[in-house]
Amino acid sequence: MSRAVEFLFRRKGGNGWHWTDIVTWVWLVGGVFIMFGPAVWLVGSSFKSPAALAEFPPTILPYVTQKATVEAYDKPLDLYEVTLDDGSKATLAEVRRIGVVSQMVDPVKPGEIVKVNIANRTPVRQMSFAAENYTEPFTHFDFVRYLWNSVFVTVTATLITLVVNSMAAFALSKYEFRGRTFAMLLILATLMVPLSVIMVPLYSIVSALGLFNNLWGVILPTVATPTGVFILRQYMLTIPDELIDAARMDKASEWQIYWRIILPLTAPALAVLAIFSVVWRWNDFLWPLIVLSRKELYTLQVGLSIYSGELNVQWHFILAMTVVTMIPVVLVFLFLQRFITTGIAGTGLK
Amino acid sequence: MTADVPGRTGLSLSDLAMVPVRLAMSFIDAPLRWVQKTFGLGGMATFFLLPNMLIFGIFVLLPFFINFAYSMTGGTALFLPDRSFVGTDQYARLFDCANYLDPNSCVEDTFWTAVGNTGWFVVLQVTLMIGFSLVTALILNRDLRARSFWRAVFFFPVLLSPVVVGLIWKWILQRQGLLNFGLFSFGFEPHVWLNDRTWSFAATVGVSIWAHMGFYTLIILAGLQAIPKDLYEAAEMDGTRTSRVFLRITLPLLMPNLLVVIVLVLIRAVQIFDEVYVLTGGGPGTSTLYLTQYIYETGFATQLRNPGLAAAASILMGVVLVVLTLLQLGLSRPSEKKGSRK
Amino acid sequence: MGHIKLTKVAKSFGNIDVLHDINLEIADGEFVVFVGPSGCGKSTLLRMIAGLERPTGGELAIDGKVVNSVPAADRGLAMVFQSYALYPHMSVRQNLAFGLENTKMPTAEITERIGEAARMLEIERYLDRRPGQLSGGQRQRVAIGRAIVRRPVAFLLDEPLSNLDAELRGSTRAEIAALHSRLSATMIYVTHDQVEAMTLADRIVVLRAGRIEQIGTPMELYNSPANRFVAGFIGSPHMNFLEGSVEFSPTGKAVATFAGGHRLDLPVDDASVATGSRITLGVRPQHVSIGTDTEGISAKIKLVEALGSETIVHTDVAGQKILVVAPGQHDLAPGADIRLSLSAAPLHLFNEKGLRLEHAV
Repeated sequence: MSRAVEFLFRRKGGNGWHWTDIVTWVWLVGGVFIMFGPAVWLVGSSFKSPAALAEFPPTILPYVTQKATVEAYDKPLDLYEVTLDDGSKATLAEVRRIGVVSQMVDPVKPGEIVKVNIANRTPVRQMSFAAENYTEPFTHFDFVRYLWNSVFVTVTATLITLVVNSMAAFALSKYEFRGRTFAMLLILATLMVPLSVIMVPLYSIVSALGLFNNLWGVILPTVATPTGVFILRQYMLTIPDELIDAARMDKASEWQIYWRIILPLTAPALAVLAIFSVVWRWNDFLWPLIVLSRKELYTLQVGLSIYSGELNVQWHFILAMTVVTMIPVVLVFLFLQRFITTGIAGTGLK
Repeated sequence: MTADVPGRTGLSLSDLAMVPVRLAMSFIDAPLRWVQKTFGLGGMATFFLLPNMLIFGIFVLLPFFINFAYSMTGGTALFLPDRSFVGTDQYARLFDCANYLDPNSCVEDTFWTAVGNTGWFVVLQVTLMIGFSLVTALILNRDLRARSFWRAVFFFPVLLSPVVVGLIWKWILQRQGLLNFGLFSFGFEPHVWLNDRTWSFAATVGVSIWAHMGFYTLIILAGLQAIPKDLYEAAEMDGTRTSRVFLRITLPLLMPNLLVVIVLVLIRAVQIFDEVYVLTGGGPGTSTLYLTQYIYETGFATQLRNPGLAAAASILMGVVLVVLTLLQLGLSRPSEKKGSRK
Repeated sequence: MGHIKLTKVAKSFGNIDVLHDINLEIADGEFVVFVGPSGCGKSTLLRMIAGLERPTGGELAIDGKVVNSVPAADRGLAMVFQSYALYPHMSVRQNLAFGLENTKMPTAEITERIGEAARMLEIERYLDRRPGQLSGGQRQRVAIGRAIVRRPVAFLLDEPLSNLDAELRGSTRAEIAALHSRLSATMIYVTHDQVEAMTLADRIVVLRAGRIEQIGTPMELYNSPANRFVAGFIGSPHMNFLEGSVEFSPTGKAVATFAGGHRLDLPVDDASVATGSRITLGVRPQHVSIGTDTEGISAKIKLVEALGSETIVHTDVAGQKILVVAPGQHDLAPGADIRLSLSAAPLHLFNEKGLRLEHAV
């Protein structure tokens, strides 16, 4: 550990600490806590039982009060470490509590009630991960359905985006035709028309097409992304035209040129667009919120926001569902972070 | 199209998976050869462009144009033909104020509250976002070990969904949350942050910065890395002070990049919705009600929904965005030239 | 099989005419080279024959059929591109197979043709590699192989050697010549390198600014260039030109006087030659010899390049540069005055318009 820290903070050329080194050090370490801290806290909390979540001050790790089933009592009773009047210690189960006095029994000899001042008892606690936070939403909340809806929307929209955008990019990069500049400008202009500006009429169009309360109503308006067309076109412009000439001499049809020559050669750009598209569609919120009003159609994001907005928020479930929602994006982050960051630095898109 | 390549024995799994795709593609090929023969290469260009343009026309251009028509109609009917023409009434309603300095004196007081909130949000967002991401980028641009790790640290929240971001912070800012726990450990009383008008507004600003800072840091960092190292070496030879190097070399050369970032932050900040909606829902009261949420609630959510009014408000917002986008295009052109010269 | 005829073919991109009035007939099995400086339209002409560009005028026929509107794929031609244009994502084998698969050829025959071409070009060992894993020369062979497997009526080669280093270029040139005699197919070859043109061609077509300047065998072009441009383009180093003017002696005999005082009787009665008209004398550097002290044109040595087997002398004759390639080694120094002799040289004369004047020397 100390070696890792030494590695991370060792200064390359310098000897002695300049004030900027201290600022750097503080900023970076602070950054780790502020950027990762909240998410880590959320993940940790997602394993706590509802009772543990309600505690203040909260514990860092999930603890649960031990319970014991005692003869003649229906419910399991909480176990406490008790210091008795004679100074000896014992583990007793609490039957009920009246004021500052707790009525307790020995789980082994349940017949006799012992009265203990609550100051003299501490709960017996054990670390325990509340896995039911994760398992129960699958039965309780149609969680599987939301998950499926989100996966369906993300995968379908991404596939259509890739096909439709690459076709358009092919036409715009490799064909000379009248109106090409106009088409480019039109696509460029879309960048200025975000969803928040057109959501009212878009809603009426989607309804008129019978796509209200339909996952296709979420998918279709998002697939003709101008950024996608731009990245792919820029990439296709670097493919030499002679390759296309060669394919034409080889009796390939234009469609074959598109899918056997151009598509395979555009693979790196398609991969970048696919990653972005997956993140975009997985994270989409406002538009699905407008189009989907039936519970069984909610995507994860909509479902999460609706449940978290309820009066009686069941935080233990919400937290666990949030963690599940984060997983794909965190995976993308872990494995493709370098890929994405260079993509953003290169194109300035998000 | 034969599925296997002549002379190669045995099919790999990926070849097998490609078989239906290949079949489908060659199935499409036959009619398309006919199209190519009949309409020539121009016809094929149209064919390739068509799906994108169709979707784009129906779901972007068409709504864009009928939005103007929408804003001139009244009532609660959804479809345009069913709606009554009211001329510029919706706009008049938005601008109907007794005193233009006081949102409460307006008929649509929530609109002006949203405009005011959004304005403050944008101002704070731009200044703080630029400040934080510039400092972070400068630090990441230093001679650091494991720079890509540190960069990833700050970039991490960028990919999180706004809903997740909202929930993460809602959980931290709630009564039994981590923030109160931290303050409690230092002897402060717990506070319900999101029930406090000022604090919840501050929270929306802070959370947005937390979520998006990494993105802008990356862009600024790319700009910093494009500054030739020999300039710094020359300055070092001259014994220039650090602050002077920053003001006279780094900042001027970074300016085009920084301007683009400023406009990008502006454009995004004007449209703020998702994470705020989850974090505060616009509350308490209307203290964190921003423009997009106003449009959403006026158009869809409230009992007395008024799509015409929402359309009028969205057009006003669109005008602001178009101005900002044109600004961005104007600003980014010189930096493109600079890139292409290399 | 492989007979190509162009009649008044023209091409323009928008308002810019790139080819004018091209008339050319290529016989079956002939090796024709299009040569000319860059921008002369030679590649456009080849691409029009290939079907990758549409002519804007005239008629293009292959084996007697007009193919103006026949797509590239259906003309039965194969092309070798300057950049080779190998599909980078396919193996060599797949590159060769792609065009054959598109004609729905049976797999067995595809395999056979690939095997045959691979043996011929000695690329069998690379069949399963990708183009990115091959050297420039190997890629070149694959590009030619892709054309061979198609068994085209004619091969079109667009500057196929320009991406190779000098040594490889020489050996590949010889291989292409061998390939042509073996396949005895029509080949049309575009280059800007006159050495390639001279060594490979049955006939050379010299193009300049979208027009054909001359068509002929390499020796015809070398020995009797039709105009000053062809004279200067063919041959290395370039032909020397001396400017002069024409006078008629009282006897009616035309005499040309050139820079440096060289006089020549003109046995011509060409209408374009009149008193005072300008005339150009062309002589190849190899044909100029270093004369005696008293005879010949006086020149000043500017630079001497001794190559051992020959000596290249850069001289100045009354302000005009004259290059001399003298066999063997000579002890000459820059700055010295010498005399140049044209007595044994085949001379070329060009009139004011740059056209060749036939004359007996």
